[in-house]
Amino acid sequence: MSASEGYAKTRDSGETLFARIGKFREVGLFVFIILVMLFTQWKNSNFFTFENIDDLLANASILGILALGMMLVIIARGIDLSIGATLALSGMLAALTIAEHPTLSPWIAVLLGTAIGVVCGAFVGVTVSVFGVLPIIASLGMMYVFRALTYLVSGRRWVSAYQMSDAFKDMATGRWFGIRHYIFIALAFYVAFYYFTNHTRTGRRIYAVGSSPESAAISGIRTRWITWLVYVVMGAISGFCGVLWVAKFASAQGDTASGYEMNVIAACVLGGVNINGGSGKVGGVLLGTLLLGTLNNALPMINMSVFWQNAIQGAIILFAIIVNTLVKRNVDRSNLIRRPI
Amino acid sequence: MVKRMTALAAVLLVCCLMVATAGEKKRYAFIFKSTGNPFGEKLMEGFKTAIEESGAEAILRAPDLPTAEAQIMIIEELIAQNVDGIGLAANDPDALQPVLRKAMRQEIPIVTADSATNPESRLVHINQADPELIGRVQIQAAYDMAGGKGDIAILSATSQATNQNTWIEWMKKELELPKYKDMKLVKVAYGDDLRDKSTSETEALLKTFPDLKVIIAPTTVGIAAAGKVLTDKNLKGKVFLTGLGLPSEMADYIKNGVCPWMYLWNPIDLGYLAGYALVGASDGIMTGTIGEYINAGKLSAKTVVSAGDGGTEIMLGAPFKFDPENIDQWKDVY
Amino acid sequence: MPEARTISADKPFSWKAFFLQWEWMLLVLFILVQVANSQLSSYYFNFDKPGDSAMKLIDATMTFLDKAFIALPMAFVIIMGEIDISVGSTVALSAVLMGVSNKAGLPMPAAMCLCLAVGTGCGLLNGVILTRFKELAPMIVTLSTMIIYRGIALIILEDQSVGKFPLWFEFLGWEYVGPSPFMLLAFLVCALIYGVVLHKTTFGRQLYAIGSNRTASYFSGVPVDRIRIAVYTLIGLMSGVTALFLTSRMGSTRPNVAQGYELDVIAMVVLGGVSTSGGKGRMIGVAISVFTVGYLRYGLGLRNVSAQVLMIIVGLLLIFAVMVPNLRQMAAEWMANRKRAV
Repeated sequence: MSASEGYAKTRDSGETLFARIGKFREVGLFVFIILVMLFTQWKNSNFFTFENIDDLLANASILGILALGMMLVIIARGIDLSIGATLALSGMLAALTIAEHPTLSPWIAVLLGTAIGVVCGAFVGVTVSVFGVLPIIASLGMMYVFRALTYLVSGRRWVSAYQMSDAFKDMATGRWFGIRHYIFIALAFYVAFYYFTNHTRTGRRIYAVGSSPESAAISGIRTRWITWLVYVVMGAISGFCGVLWVAKFASAQGDTASGYEMNVIAACVLGGVNINGGSGKVGGVLLGTLLLGTLNNALPMINMSVFWQNAIQGAIILFAIIVNTLVKRNVDRSNLIRRPI
Repeated sequence: MVKRMTALAAVLLVCCLMVATAGEKKRYAFIFKSTGNPFGEKLMEGFKTAIEESGAEAILRAPDLPTAEAQIMIIEELIAQNVDGIGLAANDPDALQPVLRKAMRQEIPIVTADSATNPESRLVHINQADPELIGRVQIQAAYDMAGGKGDIAILSATSQATNQNTWIEWMKKELELPKYKDMKLVKVAYGDDLRDKSTSETEALLKTFPDLKVIIAPTTVGIAAAGKVLTDKNLKGKVFLTGLGLPSEMADYIKNGVCPWMYLWNPIDLGYLAGYALVGASDGIMTGTIGEYINAGKLSAKTVVSAGDGGTEIMLGAPFKFDPENIDQWKDVY
Repeated sequence: MPEARTISADKPFSWKAFFLQWEWMLLVLFILVQVANSQLSSYYFNFDKPGDSAMKLIDATMTFLDKAFIALPMAFVIIMGEIDISVGSTVALSAVLMGVSNKAGLPMPAAMCLCLAVGTGCGLLNGVILTRFKELAPMIVTLSTMIIYRGIALIILEDQSVGKFPLWFEFLGWEYVGPSPFMLLAFLVCALIYGVVLHKTTFGRQLYAIGSNRTASYFSGVPVDRIRIAVYTLIGLMSGVTALFLTSRMGSTRPNVAQGYELDVIAMVVLGGVSTSGGKGRMIGVAISVFTVGYLRYGLGLRNVSAQVLMIIVGLLLIFAVMVPNLRQMAAEWMANRKRAV
């Protein structure tokens, strides 16, 4: 009796687990990432080594953190093209400060960078939420302005490794339990954002504003405030990442991260964030980031002509989103069938 | 009284003349590849010094993106201003030909520096150093660092960068010599002059080729990114780095031994020489024919020689070697 | 707004509404740019030699018109509420294939046709993917084809460039028909055709319908899929046209040409009053905006302003241009509220 009950139970929980995986809409993407990884391992046996996975994750961490901010912006029906420039500006200012005052604690630089990011984000946010400028235009315009400011504050010079204190550079190279700081930082961001988007009022309001701004406004949500907020969060994250970036590469230049916004948007959209707003999950963004991170790591490792890299990368992205769409269609259909009536 | 009046009139006349000549001051422009590049900024600084020494006015331009399209636009704007000469570092050797032909039709002399256009669209090229020498010297450095044995990988800028591609061709030719029979070029990787991409490319090189002894990076962003990776991975003494880099960017990695030495030339002198060549061309003293001399201020006389592409060029000198001894005095310069 | 209250299909004509249209604002902006430029630089417009200066100004259109050809169909795409960011790569791929085929011995006219065909094919592929997988956002699909198209160009030409086109090919980008550059004439003709298609045909009306509400238009019998494919194919074709002009101006081509064109083009279109949320915008606005942005850049270039200052000016102009109508509306609302309060 008890044995059969236990048997039934395990089978039952197995089914729910399967059902839960089946209900997860990004499962196609997940399988796809595994396939890419296995293929790379087959081509280059050094792929699944601790060192390489550590490199992969550390390189993808900045992209992943930025993608979280971008997720909020896209959920709220916006887009932010200015983040590469914000990142460069705050990174440059932080680096200049460190170069001027080498004894300064690196955390002050992080705070400074984040604050600059907040200011940049607030500007974009005001133009979008108060003045009603379309997000793509507001952020495109601000992108030019912030980028130009980066060149102007630095006098078109670069800040190089020798001008930065060791404490500052150690932020990027330091390890906890043998794993690099940046991976922990990214992890912390993912946990925080999971909680924020699923379990806080403000987080849920972002989804409400994105699904239908009119209904959200009618139900008493201050939509302008929420719209402004997502850009400020995005700005803060970009500013924070700017300092991480500069510490990681030990160099700040005017064209830092130019065009990086496209990678971030791609990570979000690959991860199933609806570009028209209203939906998107932290788990999906994580997968989107991992796919891009894996590609960036794996493509140079499999020995093929460099001239093929671009085309293959594009084809994989296109293939991934199409496979994901087909899987989603199936999942949605089976969800419809499974739903108890 | 009359005397005083004439004196006043004379002063006024001189003033007027000065204003008039100031208005007719010759104007020379330099266009670099893109804005915010320390190498380019220093090059334009040298250009400006030379132009001002000759009593003319310098216009310094650089597009926000390193594309030939943007340079075409700037050249058109300069033609419309009737400048007296254009110097440029071309983003593409051929794509500027039509617009430069238009400039030459309006008798605006064209001098290139750093990276040349094809011979038809320039008077003379100011070459930082012989590309053959630049290529060969880096392989020789790799040979010395690795002790004559092991794999070499090249980390370049973009696959479209013409300067880098020429140097890499010469590197391959040098490697064919019997001296290098134990050295092998395993891969040419492209970091696109982006920090993140250059970093992942370097990491991939290290993992894919376990016998890698030397990374040659003939580009400023690539060599610094590779220096950072090798430093972080504690590969000093196991994998060596050399190439062409900015002293400021490389100071840390030269001093910590990851990059025993590297090469570059003086961008200020390069721009300075370009300035003198351009002024000479505009005055008709220089026509870009082989054997001509130009007097280039503090650099003294330089000769026009024939260039590898069929045109003519003026050589600045040999690539300069930066090592732990001299890096401190250069790192603050550029 | 009075129009909102009337239920008649014919809007009553109002001079005020007519002159408050965005296109008039643009025209004012255009004139302001001209005045400011001629004040800033004597090279821009020399009042001692008006004829000569006017010729120079017409000449200057050649510096910015190549990408403007894409702006016309991009307006269609944006009116539908969608976006295409693969255009720069399409230009590169068509140009590269034209160069390679010409080098391989294909006569130039045939190579030019091939160039247009390749562009059209790239656009068609975008359209087919987007209609087969309706869930996918145009942004991400064209982002991946953007990488793919340029990637194919890289595979074909690697690190080389192709050129050595016959001399007459330079006609496209450098020569004149009467007093006007051929390029300007071609652009005006294209703009006229696109304007007529957008404003005077069923196809054009259907674009607005799709942009305002795609589902509703589908159920009211608009062939949404066919129209979307047609529009993406058109933008591919025009990217091919841009490839022709650009290659003619550069005299050679390589896989990294036309980088960043997509953002320039989108900026022109949006400044022209086409709303990225779809359903709004007119061709005349796009045309004026093309010339406004072009002359602004040219004029500042004559002043030799640095790339940074240019970036700041273009960025702020973009934001303010889109902000002005909103400010007007906000002011009107504020006034109405105050009246009510009194």
